Amino acid sequence: MDFRVDDDQRELAEGIRAMLTGRMPLEHLRAREGHERAITGDDWAALGETGVFALTLPEPSGTGLGLAAAALVFEELGRGLVPGPIVGTFLAAHAGVVEGAAEGRAQVGVHTVGRPGPVLVEHLGVLDALLVLDADGPGQLVTPAPVGGARRVEQPLDPLTPLWRLEALPFGGSVTDDHGALWHQGALLTGALQVGHAGAALELAVAYAKERQQFGKPIGSFQAIKHMCADMLVRSEVARAAVHAAACLLDAPDVVDGEAEAAGCTPGQMLGRSVTGAKLLADEAAVANARAAIQVHGGMGFTWEVPLHLHLKRALVLSTTFQTPADAAAALAAYA
Amino acid sequence: MDLRYTAAEQTFRSELREWLAATLPGVGAPPPHDDWPARRAYDLHWQRLLFEAGYAGVDWPAEGGGRGSSPVEQLIFKEECERAGAPYVGVNFVGLLHAGPTIIAEGTPAQKERYLPGILRGEEVWCQGFSEPDAGSDLASLRTRAVRDGDDYVVTGSKIWTSHAEVADYCELLVRTGDAGNRGISWLIMPMDTPGIEIRPLRTIEGTTEFAELFLNEVRVPVANRVGDENDGWRVTMVTLSFERGTAFVGELLESVRLLGEVRAVADRLGLLGDDGLVRRIGHLVAVFDALWALTKRNVSEAAQTGIPGIGGSVFKLSFSEHSQALGDLAVELLDRAALCADPLQGPDGGALGNAEQLHAWFKSISLTIAAGTSQVQRNIVAERILGLPRAR
Repeated sequence: MDFRVDDDQRELAEGIRAMLTGRMPLEHLRAREGHERAITGDDWAALGETGVFALTLPEPSGTGLGLAAAALVFEELGRGLVPGPIVGTFLAAHAGVVEGAAEGRAQVGVHTVGRPGPVLVEHLGVLDALLVLDADGPGQLVTPAPVGGARRVEQPLDPLTPLWRLEALPFGGSVTDDHGALWHQGALLTGALQVGHAGAALELAVAYAKERQQFGKPIGSFQAIKHMCADMLVRSEVARAAVHAAACLLDAPDVVDGEAEAAGCTPGQMLGRSVTGAKLLADEAAVANARAAIQVHGGMGFTWEVPLHLHLKRALVLSTTFQTPADAAAALAAYA
Repeated sequence: MDLRYTAAEQTFRSELREWLAATLPGVGAPPPHDDWPARRAYDLHWQRLLFEAGYAGVDWPAEGGGRGSSPVEQLIFKEECERAGAPYVGVNFVGLLHAGPTIIAEGTPAQKERYLPGILRGEEVWCQGFSEPDAGSDLASLRTRAVRDGDDYVVTGSKIWTSHAEVADYCELLVRTGDAGNRGISWLIMPMDTPGIEIRPLRTIEGTTEFAELFLNEVRVPVANRVGDENDGWRVTMVTLSFERGTAFVGELLESVRLLGEVRAVADRLGLLGDDGLVRRIGHLVAVFDALWALTKRNVSEAAQTGIPGIGGSVFKLSFSEHSQALGDLAVELLDRAALCADPLQGPDGGALGNAEQLHAWFKSISLTIAAGTSQVQRNIVAERILGLPRAR
């Protein structure tokens, strides 16, 4: 057993980070705030060319990597606040159900069926297709995306996540889905994005705490600030370990059997438990770290200029997909 | 990132599992909490069994007489022992985890020969004399004084939080031999039958005597019992810490997982699983304990490859101690008035409520954010050493 992030994986993550900071830095992405197309076609194609959607596809069309590698890449996408339907497009490419998804020529959204209520779909107006996933049922692919009858939401919470409202859940053809694999992968990658948001909030808070002076000292020398930052690291590292462990289980069915035996559940339950728990902790870490980072920034943290509200808002958007933290916690109680 | 165990690791696990299954039925139930002589005998017997089977000091290097197992095997050892319900390390804790590793790293050949076998074979018990009434988190401010007189040090002062002092043969003792600060400290082996040692048991909030205060009045300790150079005891102490391989709380973590299962079972029997808030708290702890198990594997993997425990230990301890308290609070809330006593009580269905056990766990959880580095000190360590925030108090 060696559960470290290995050198190849670290290089992969660093490569993605370098690509994002070079090709789509935050000020570039933020120019699209409030736009109905949150990410330009060129940027989307650049993500496709980098192989972001094809990580798990066999070579030569993909890179033949596992979900552990994908989790590291998605952590960087979260850290970089990359908008757009990245999880849905990855799933569509992985399942091979939408032409052009793997290459960044198509945009595929994902809508997860949650509690009854208004049906708000992210990025709907620019989608080529929409996956509709249910924790318990088979996945459906609605193609083309159900744009007719959809109304654009005028005041979306996240200025980089445009929303459309549908009158009812759309129906589509069923997607081959063995034991909720798409759901598990989607929840895992959403969790990975959240780990990125949690990490970004921590990095911004620490950088500010080192630089901002009050009472003649950097505020990071005060224990009240230090301890908030330490708690942020604890939240993100614990969530990160959980996301990585869930990714390893999805990658290696033979490991699942041993883990399930030790935990006293079936292999299928073990996967669900692992992914659900990881997503829950990642959701919490992302939201709580964004909140804490805003507090460390004081009044500046409450401004539109400082990007912490973008991490907070995106984290909230993501936490409502693939089960809310509350529903995840309720589901996990059965495993105690 | 690979969670697969190697063939050798799997063999280690299955052999250990077989041995535990064959051995544990003959070990018997642990003695009452306050019966220290019986606890000493019980824990030493278990250590003896481990020694005879080749499992003594799995985490000690072979040159110290240990098994020299890899950190991953150490993790497997602790996991299997806990899952099988094997005795806890108990009174052997200081010898196996502190004093022994220190002597291996810094002791003279004569000291190694004299002291290490007794620890491994389950013959001799050690206690720790580090903290003082005025030197807790700020350990380097300790004041227990050792003055040279011929071939002896004459030691006067007091120590506190010394676990199982009443039944210990030796004490690993930090004394001041030089100037103030961490450069005037020496590390001594003090035989506990030396005249001048007074042991006063301390009662914990649970009412039991888990540790003691030591009063040292002109206790003569041979200079030959010093480990490392005079005034180099702080470094000697820090060396021991590097023996930690990320497995320090494996037993406690798996124990918490088990307790959580019992909390849920009792809630179920009391018909309380319709309470959404309660159910979510249980489910949340499932997620956290699973994640901490993953973090343990990460920390152990880090130690296995680099030989250094890495940053994960403080992160783990902060999260685990906090959530262990959340579990204790949940159990106490659920027990309602049954939490008001440690007499074993039954629920309306006649089944045991486990109130005594849950109360014990609750009390123990309260100590977790204090013992082995308070959470406040841990946060300082995380903020300064990992995040690079400025050192200042």
